[in-house]
Amino acid sequence: MTAPILEVQDLHVRFPVKRGLFGRTVGHVRAVDGVDLAIQPGETLGLVGESGCGKTTLGRSIARIISPTAGLIRYRDAAGDEVDLTTARNRDLRELQRQIRVVFQDPFSSLNPRMTLLQVIGEPLRNHNVATGSELEDRVAGMLSRVGLSPKYLHRYPHAFSGGERQRVNIARALILEPRLVIADEPVSALDVSVRAQILNLLRDLQEELGLTYLFISHDLSVVESVCDRVAVMYLGRMVEVAPTDELYTRPRHPYTEALLSAVPRPDPRLRDAGRRIRLADDLPDPADPPPGCTFHTRCAYAVPGSCDVPGGAPALERTGPGHRAACLRTDDLSLAGIEPDPV
Amino acid sequence: MSAASAVGDGPLLEIDGLKTQFFTREGTVRAVDGVSLSVPRGATVCVVGESGCGKSVTARSVLGLVDEPGRIVGGRIRWRPAGGDEVDLATLEPTSERMRRIRGGEISMVFQEPMASLSPMHTVGSQLVEAIRLHLPLGRAEARDRAVELLRRVGIPRPEARMEAYSFQLSGGMCQRVMIAIALACDPALLIADEPTTALDVTTQARIIDLLRDLQARSGMSVLFITHDLGVVAEIADEVVVMYLGTVVERGGVDEIFHDPKHPYTRALIGSVPRMGRGSRQRLTTIRGTVPHPSDRPAGCAFHPRCDVAVAGVCDRTDPPDAVVGPARTARCVLYDPVAVSASPPADGSGVTP
Repeated sequence: MTAPILEVQDLHVRFPVKRGLFGRTVGHVRAVDGVDLAIQPGETLGLVGESGCGKTTLGRSIARIISPTAGLIRYRDAAGDEVDLTTARNRDLRELQRQIRVVFQDPFSSLNPRMTLLQVIGEPLRNHNVATGSELEDRVAGMLSRVGLSPKYLHRYPHAFSGGERQRVNIARALILEPRLVIADEPVSALDVSVRAQILNLLRDLQEELGLTYLFISHDLSVVESVCDRVAVMYLGRMVEVAPTDELYTRPRHPYTEALLSAVPRPDPRLRDAGRRIRLADDLPDPADPPPGCTFHTRCAYAVPGSCDVPGGAPALERTGPGHRAACLRTDDLSLAGIEPDPV
Repeated sequence: MSAASAVGDGPLLEIDGLKTQFFTREGTVRAVDGVSLSVPRGATVCVVGESGCGKSVTARSVLGLVDEPGRIVGGRIRWRPAGGDEVDLATLEPTSERMRRIRGGEISMVFQEPMASLSPMHTVGSQLVEAIRLHLPLGRAEARDRAVELLRRVGIPRPEARMEAYSFQLSGGMCQRVMIAIALACDPALLIADEPTTALDVTTQARIIDLLRDLQARSGMSVLFITHDLGVVAEIADEVVVMYLGTVVERGGVDEIFHDPKHPYTRALIGSVPRMGRGSRQRLTTIRGTVPHPSDRPAGCAFHPRCDVAVAGVCDRTDPPDAVVGPARTARCVLYDPVAVSASPPADGSGVTP
């Protein structure tokens, strides 16, 4: 096994909860609460979970848009040298941020309406003193055609483009510095169905062409299955299961994964009511005050009082099979249902 | 169908050639351009399409909720409540007494953003009681009892306590349940749900869909469900209406639409959705190009620039016919029009058999 391009160890991100006139800190939201994760070079790792589970916060800490509270983020650069992103100095961080780029979710709000595509896509080149003038223009034009937009749009403004085209611009901006690791945070959620497939295929082509590694953050399990090699499931700031995609979808080992899979509506009326139906209670616990023991026990159908809800640490990720890890005390007692293979 | 046909049979709602247009400074936007569909009694009809296809404007036209500068400029919306007279909703003034009685009383609506739809200034209970007393001759106490009962029906735990809650104290799923309770306050004959689960997590979405299915089975109301999500359509629909750029391109039963789609757009749309259980690294079918803005709709068939089987000289010139392709099934495509096809066969068959 090759060395991972990125390794996250026991990462914590806490946000203070402030109340009252003087903004006294009354507690902390544990957005990311002790996460371990490794990303292999060249793979697409999916990161899924409900809103508020901390997946975006984790992605942003890796890109160092926000600073983690504690833990290690070890990045291995092209030469094989390791750097800890949590303690890296600002000067080193700037260089590292060339190699780790983010594609954001909303193509409508993430582009500055007062900048032309040349300025939007070329800005990282200028900020990092990579290119200026006509060289910059050539590189931006080349990148535009690579993401499937005509170079003649160089001097247009974003408002003239549709959601799918703007997302191509976002991708071009992320890739212009030739990064090695791309964090794609819900890159297709805001797009129409017919355009979504184009962008997913584009991301895959660019990955093959440029040898990229993706951390693909999404709440859409069907999209994640179609693009990811491995999938990590998060719940309330913690990693609850990690496995190769096919394995996770057919043989989940954590009850939360099983529930997520069973909730996805499948685009085939003949599968209506097929498989096991698991419905979770609507209310997500407060991440500032997580339940004791396994944080999922309040919504888990298999939780056993006296074992799953005992105060103390939540269960750790344990190996349950080749490349498969799950954080459930009862995983060996349960026979959880995955997705039935599609009949076609 | 004659006007004399007894109320009680025939579809509950029949939209016929509806045209809703927006008169903006840049020109007229034909958001809904001749939409015909019907909602049978006790059935769930899903309207599915991408952004800008006019599905929400169609739904809002039914209740006279089209915002300025929009206006219904043509077509009929026949509303046939059981035990009442047929009325054409398209001709009613949005502020008229009759329309206000229908809106919320006979037909009610659930919107996409549950958090934004509820007022943060009033308790959930007072908003429910208001909706009830607006339409039913009940006193304060009776209305309150009914409100608690409604909250219980939509699966809200401890309904008495939740009557005093404000919307910001509830999760998105709970807010949507409250919205559904308000919509059901007067036992409507038709519930219009406009993307009611789009803003929710997948686990919450599954429970809201279960709830809607269950409520519909118990009350026998009809549901007009607007969504862009084909997975949700497959879960909830009896009949499906596929829209593209202001027109209905295909209508049919849910099984037929998914397993025997006729219109090239429907086929492409279904092909572009990832299917769970197919494994990783699937390559998805794409539809080339993007959805044009409704203000600059292509001539002829609006889908022809993106269509793989478009017939040059036909699809880009003439409006496609609304061909009947089976019982209660239509497809708006020249492929199913015997005259057009025989005159100019498609260049390549591409597996499309009319």
